[in-house]
Amino acid sequence: MTYYWNFQSVFDNWWALAVGLGGTLRLFIVCLILGMSLGLLVALGRRSRTKAVRWASTAFVEFFRNTPVLVQILWFYYALPILAPVEISPFTAAILGISLNSAAYSAEIYRGGIQSIEPGQWEAAKAIGMNGLQVLRRIVLPQAIRRIVPALTNRGIEIFKMSTLASVVAYVEMLQQGKLIASLNFNPLEVYTVVAALFMIILYPLVRVTYAVERHLSRSD
Amino acid sequence: MTQPLLKLSGLGKSFSENRVFSGIDMQVMAGDRIAIIGASGSGKSTLLRCINALEKPDQGLIEFGNISLATGQANGQAYKEKDLCALRQRVGMVFQQFNLFPHMTVVGNVSEGLVTVRGMNKSEAKALAIGELRRVGLEDKADAYPSHLSGGQKQRVAIARALAMNPEILLFDEPTSALDPNLVGEVLGVIEQLANEGRTMLLVTHEIGFAYHVANRIVFLADGGIYETGTPDEVLKNPKGHLTQQFLADHQRFQF
Repeated sequence: MTYYWNFQSVFDNWWALAVGLGGTLRLFIVCLILGMSLGLLVALGRRSRTKAVRWASTAFVEFFRNTPVLVQILWFYYALPILAPVEISPFTAAILGISLNSAAYSAEIYRGGIQSIEPGQWEAAKAIGMNGLQVLRRIVLPQAIRRIVPALTNRGIEIFKMSTLASVVAYVEMLQQGKLIASLNFNPLEVYTVVAALFMIILYPLVRVTYAVERHLSRSD
Repeated sequence: MTQPLLKLSGLGKSFSENRVFSGIDMQVMAGDRIAIIGASGSGKSTLLRCINALEKPDQGLIEFGNISLATGQANGQAYKEKDLCALRQRVGMVFQQFNLFPHMTVVGNVSEGLVTVRGMNKSEAKALAIGELRRVGLEDKADAYPSHLSGGQKQRVAIARALAMNPEILLFDEPTSALDPNLVGEVLGVIEQLANEGRTMLLVTHEIGFAYHVANRIVFLADGGIYETGTPDEVLKNPKGHLTQQFLADHQRFQF
C-alpha cells in the first residue's frame, strides 16, 4: 500500500496553527521566566541559614521533581478548584505545572553551579568587605551562570516542548490546534509531521543563539 | 604609649575535635610588620584568617579600632554581618591562591570593592584602580583577564585589589607559596616596597630570609600557641626554644 501525503488541509488551516504557535510561545515565555527565576530562589533557599527555609526548598524540589508534569497540570486544573475557591484557566494550570516543575529542575542546576565556585572566590569577595548578597550578585552567580548555560539551555528546550502537555486541558497551543485539524480531516500523519517540524524550526535557531551566548560568556577564559 | 591598631586576646580556634591553637594574645601597632612562621599545621594561616573572620575563632576577642568581635558564642552565628563587612573593609587580605575574579578584567578586579562595597562611581574607581596597578607595575595589564596573567602578575593584581580599599592592615597568607621559584621575587619585591612605605602588615610565610629582612617582629607558632616571639634577630638568629631551633634547622638543612 502506498500512502499519498496530502498537506492540503494542513495548509488550509494554517491560521489555526498560527494561533496555536502564539499560544505555545506565550506559555513558553511565561514558564521560562517563572521557572528559571523561581528555580534560583529555591536554589538559594536550599543554602539558607534558616532550617525551615532549607527544608521547604528541598521539599519543593523533591515534590515537583518526582511527580509527572502531566499529572500536575491535570491536578491544578481539576483538583485545585475543588479544594480552594479559585477559578483555574487552562493557561494558569499549564503555567503552574510547567513552571513549578521547571523551577525544581533548574534549582538543582543553579545549586550545582553555585557549589562549583571555589570557596576562594567567596573568601576573596568577603575579604574586600562584601556582604553575602553582594558576593552572590557580583562574584558567584555571574561565574556560576556561565558554567550552567548549557544545562539551562536544555531546561529551556524542555520547557518549550513541555508546552504541548497543556493540550491535555485544551489550552490552545500548537499540538492542541494540530489535534483539531487532524480531527477535521482525519489526516494525523500530515498534521503531526508539520507540528513536529514547526517545533524543530523554531527551537533550532534558538539553540544556536544560546551557543553564541555561551561563546560570548567564555571570552574571559 | 599609643593604642595598638589590632589586639587579639585569648584567641582560640578548633576544627571539630581538633584544637588548632588557643590563648593567642597579640598586639599590632601601626607600622608593624609581623611575620608569622611555623611548621605546616601549626595554625599560622588559620590565625591570619581569624583576624578578618574568614575563619570564626571560637574563643577570645578581636579588637580593631572601634570594632570588637567577641567570639565567645562560637560558630559564627553570633557575628553580625555588618560588623564583619566593616572590619574586612579595613583589613586587606592577599591569598596563597590569588583568588582573582576570573570573569572580570584586571582593573575590574581592583575596582570591584570600591564600586560594590564603597559605592564609588565607576570612572572614579577605575582611575583609583589604575593607580594601584601602577604601584604594582601592572598598569599595562588593566584590560587583560586574569587567565592571561602569570602567577606573579596575578598575585600583584591581588595585592592591588587589597590596596584599593586603602586598608589599615594587610594580611598576606603565604603569598608566594603557589608561585614558580622565578616569580617569587617580583611579588616579594612589591611586599617589601609596601613595608618600606610604612604599611602595617601580617605575613604568613615560608620565606624565612624575606621575613628576616622585612619584618620587625617574628611570631613562631608551635604547640597550639605562640611558642616564641621577638625581633628577627632574637627569634631567627638566636632562637631560645628547642622547637624554634628545630624548625629553623629543618629550614636550613638544604641551604648552600
